Amino acid sequence: MLQIISVWIAGGLTLCIFSFLYGDNPVYKFAEHLYVGFSAAYWLIYVWHFTIKQMVINPIVAREPGAWMLIIPLFFGVLMLSRWLPERYSWISRWSIAFVVGIGAGIIAIGQTQGLLLPQLRATILPLATGNWMTNVNNFLVIIGTVSTLTYFYFSRRETGLMSKFSRLGIGFIMIALGAAFGYTIMARISLLIGRIIFLFGDWFHIIKPL
Amino acid sequence: MNEGKKDLSDWITTINREIIYTIIGLAVIIPILLGIKEKVQISPAVKSAYESIESLNSTDVILISIDYDPASMPELQPMLKAILRHAFGKEIKVIMMVFWPLGLPIGTEGLEEVAGEFGKVYGEDYINLGYRPGDRAVMIDMGREIRNFFRTDVNDVLLDTYPMMRDIHNYNDIALIVGLEAGRWGEYWIQYVGSRYKQRIILGVTGVMAAETYPYLHSGQIEGLIGGLKGAAEYETLIGRPGFGLTGMAAQSWAHIAIIVFIIIGNIGYFMTRRKERRFRIEGRKE
Amino acid sequence: MKKRVPLLITFITGFIIIVSFFVPHRPFGQLETETLIWYAIIFAFTLVIGVDSLVRLHIKHIRKRKKGWWYSIVFFAGFFYCLTIGIISLIQTPNIFQPGTVFFYGYETILIPLQATMFALLAFFVASASYRAFRARNIEATLLLIAAVIVMIGRVPAGYKLWPKLPVIANWIFDVLQIGAMRGILIGVALGAVAMSLRLILGIERTYLS
Repeated sequence: MLQIISVWIAGGLTLCIFSFLYGDNPVYKFAEHLYVGFSAAYWLIYVWHFTIKQMVINPIVAREPGAWMLIIPLFFGVLMLSRWLPERYSWISRWSIAFVVGIGAGIIAIGQTQGLLLPQLRATILPLATGNWMTNVNNFLVIIGTVSTLTYFYFSRRETGLMSKFSRLGIGFIMIALGAAFGYTIMARISLLIGRIIFLFGDWFHIIKPL
Repeated sequence: MNEGKKDLSDWITTINREIIYTIIGLAVIIPILLGIKEKVQISPAVKSAYESIESLNSTDVILISIDYDPASMPELQPMLKAILRHAFGKEIKVIMMVFWPLGLPIGTEGLEEVAGEFGKVYGEDYINLGYRPGDRAVMIDMGREIRNFFRTDVNDVLLDTYPMMRDIHNYNDIALIVGLEAGRWGEYWIQYVGSRYKQRIILGVTGVMAAETYPYLHSGQIEGLIGGLKGAAEYETLIGRPGFGLTGMAAQSWAHIAIIVFIIIGNIGYFMTRRKERRFRIEGRKE
Repeated sequence: MKKRVPLLITFITGFIIIVSFFVPHRPFGQLETETLIWYAIIFAFTLVIGVDSLVRLHIKHIRKRKKGWWYSIVFFAGFFYCLTIGIISLIQTPNIFQPGTVFFYGYETILIPLQATMFALLAFFVASASYRAFRARNIEATLLLIAAVIVMIGRVPAGYKLWPKLPVIANWIFDVLQIGAMRGILIGVALGAVAMSLRLILGIERTYLS
């Protein structure tokens, strides 16, 4: 019974959102606000269960060595909320923000260099005389595509002549890449619609076999 | 000039959005209601992903990261189920974890459903670690010891309680990472785990993310890539178990054709209008 | 205290992460682990900040009886409903995210349909936008259009039926033709990100303190 009620509510809410196709309306707004409210509380449950309980309280209760230290980041976490206090006190939230920013910056500097810049540059140094003409052409296109795109980003404004022509080639490659990405994006959006249609006609109306 | 009178170019450049919406809706609904089945061609990227799991054996463990939520569920949930069916079919053990806060229940549902199909036992054949905040920090430190961040599983039970987890401590004990990605976490797995710990990775990504993930496949930083619903359908074909992906392929085809027809009509209208404007300009100059 | 301490915290924490990458042994390895755990705990509260802002905004709407204020009541209805079923489930079971719990039913009934349908709407909008804006106005736009159309048709079964080479061409676009540009974009963004990270660690970039 609970399952049936659940499916009917879900189906009704699906139609509420689809009503936006007709234009912005109270039914859509109702559903939208319900969604935002529900997910906001959902996040709080997450923070409680996976952060405060599992990462802080449980180790302290289990008397793990040094676990009491975890109260410090918890305290800094709560401090983040002090940004809503009057200016006299709100500056204290900067300490927590500084902590998150510092570690985030360190992580990015290392990760982007080791995990993106170096391997991607290395993968662009490709052989052009492999004995297979198709591989040679493909490798050439990858090299030219990468270099001309970077040229477009970094030199297109200042340069004239050959350099500007080369950066224009970069625009061509960028357009092909954006076109490919756009084609795939359309595919993704249609897939999401397929998901809802299968729910409506399968789980709700039972016209087709639910998946 | 026949001002006020609409000609063909005016008609085809001003199709109402209601008509477009209706046609797209029908293009998706009709094939689903008719139950039209389509076969898909296997792309090399999906084949490589399949081969990566195929290369593993029953002593191996894979880590599946659920980095999506209901917004991307139709694309990534079929991938999750297909990969789980492939892995459990080969007696491979599975660890699941989540970085996208709203993704845990759907990931858990998929895991429990497929584990049930194969009669797998929780704690012996698969485990659900749950969610942790701080994504990249978690990824980096799991290279030292998983328990630093996950002393317990999602049920609040210590990891060492489970037979499966006793010898699993870090990436050295995990054969392959499978990231199912709707956000940036796929890149994080590559950058912070693949590069730093030389970990094997395959990714299943949404269509929106597929194009930008290909450079990582080209550079060899990931072994395979499953992109969008089509990728899921390909994987379902490879394991010989049709699911949501293959069911949606006919609708996907019809909707794409409809959109392409709209693009063609729009462009015909555009060129007709341009020609008309040019003619008017020339006539105007003559007058 | 207000500026110098945060700058010092940013510098020290960023420095620890970078140094421990190159020297992963004691004491830096251990220090990095502790720092990363602390980071994760503090980071979780950024979610709370988001929730906090939303709650404050809707309280303000109700108090001031702003236009459409009753939608804010709907917000709180959803908020407290989720909170209630979450707390009830937490008391009943250790894993509230397991199918079968009240919390899971709430998620399945409200969150999945609302979120999934919101994104499904985009299918209609993207179709309409393609018809209106996808024009072969110049060479660049034509390249974009051709690539998109080949990918759209080449990546679905209809493409193969139309011409068996279409999926091969679509795969070639992904595997070769678009790689260069995507890689260029990735490298460009990464260079910017690394530069910004170093500026933050060295205290040159301070906007996050304002």
